[in-house]
Amino acid sequence: MSGRDAARRQFLAWGAGALATLTIAPGVLLLRPVHGRAPEQAVTGKARWGLLIDTNRCAAGCDACVTACNRENGLSGATRETDAQWIRKVELRDPRTGRKASLPVMCQHCEHPPCVDVCPTGASFRRADGIVLVDKHICIGCRYCMMACPYKARSLVHEPLADQQPDVPRGKGTVESCTLCVHRVDRGERPACVEACAAAGRGAIVFGDLNDPASAIARRIAQYPSVQVRADLGLNPGVRYEGI
Amino acid sequence: MKRVLEAVVVGAALATALATGWAISQERGAPAGRVPKPAIVQARGDKCVEPVEFMRRSHMQVLLHQRDRTVHEGIRTKGHSLKGCVECHASAATGSVAAEEGDFCRSCHSYAAVRIDCFECHASRPQAVAGGVKP
Repeated sequence: MSGRDAARRQFLAWGAGALATLTIAPGVLLLRPVHGRAPEQAVTGKARWGLLIDTNRCAAGCDACVTACNRENGLSGATRETDAQWIRKVELRDPRTGRKASLPVMCQHCEHPPCVDVCPTGASFRRADGIVLVDKHICIGCRYCMMACPYKARSLVHEPLADQQPDVPRGKGTVESCTLCVHRVDRGERPACVEACAAAGRGAIVFGDLNDPASAIARRIAQYPSVQVRADLGLNPGVRYEGI
Repeated sequence: MKRVLEAVVVGAALATALATGWAISQERGAPAGRVPKPAIVQARGDKCVEPVEFMRRSHMQVLLHQRDRTVHEGIRTKGHSLKGCVECHASAATGSVAAEEGDFCRSCHSYAAVRIDCFECHASRPQAVAGGVKP
């Protein structure tokens, strides 16, 4: 990027900032910035969204996050091999000590996603803010990404669907997975699973910007130990777990 | 001579018939005939986000452009979103833009014989109705 381009970008950024804070009356904003971004502004790499899941707070019988995800995204909730599942509850048991842990596993929103590497059409992509998505307009349903994903996070829609949620288009012959509730994140809200976990009184899932050192999630991962599942693969997932 | 006379008579008869037919068709309006015109369902709101003539010709380009901005860049402005179209254009009878033959999108697309793929994945009903139908 040349110096002139950089200056132009800086100027545009200032312009957008000024626009976003236009006030009609004291305390009333004309345009509400969404997570620091005006609605007509494209996502940038400034933020990287992630989840921190505290398995000590996650209970074995609870599936509030799964049901909330199903409701929000219009999934049937059935768990046959051909049904779409965006979150699975996984029960772990250490055979030596007998210690059990329960945790939700969804798309881990990798920094280097294998699903994006293998996609032959460019449908599988990583948004600038770290959310890994499928552009279903381009997806041909080949399922290479499902093979490549080490977390078994993706599903193919096998049957025709009706009455989809307006914010979550889904259709037969395309691959899909957790979107980190991207439509809610773009509105400035938290993902449905995070809300449901908090509403169930557990608060085991923290959502936030991993790049912002002041965010709750960044402070917590800086202070307490947390792990990425299959960190040895070097994918740098945006979802981290405590207590496993 | 007799042949020429016959030809003139037949020609005159044909001309009269054509003229009558033309007059009848003019009376019924220009495109009268077997092809029905699409019934355009009245939308809610005062006016569309763009001029009607532009939307009739170019709504697909607008939607294509907006879809990439939304999916890849997270820009969810209301102006050119498919969700916005559905919110105004859903018919009162079915609550949808594409459920029945007479609904907004279906009526023109059937007339033009262009298959409409949007609603295999996208909701053809506005949020409130879709939310109400769900358990």
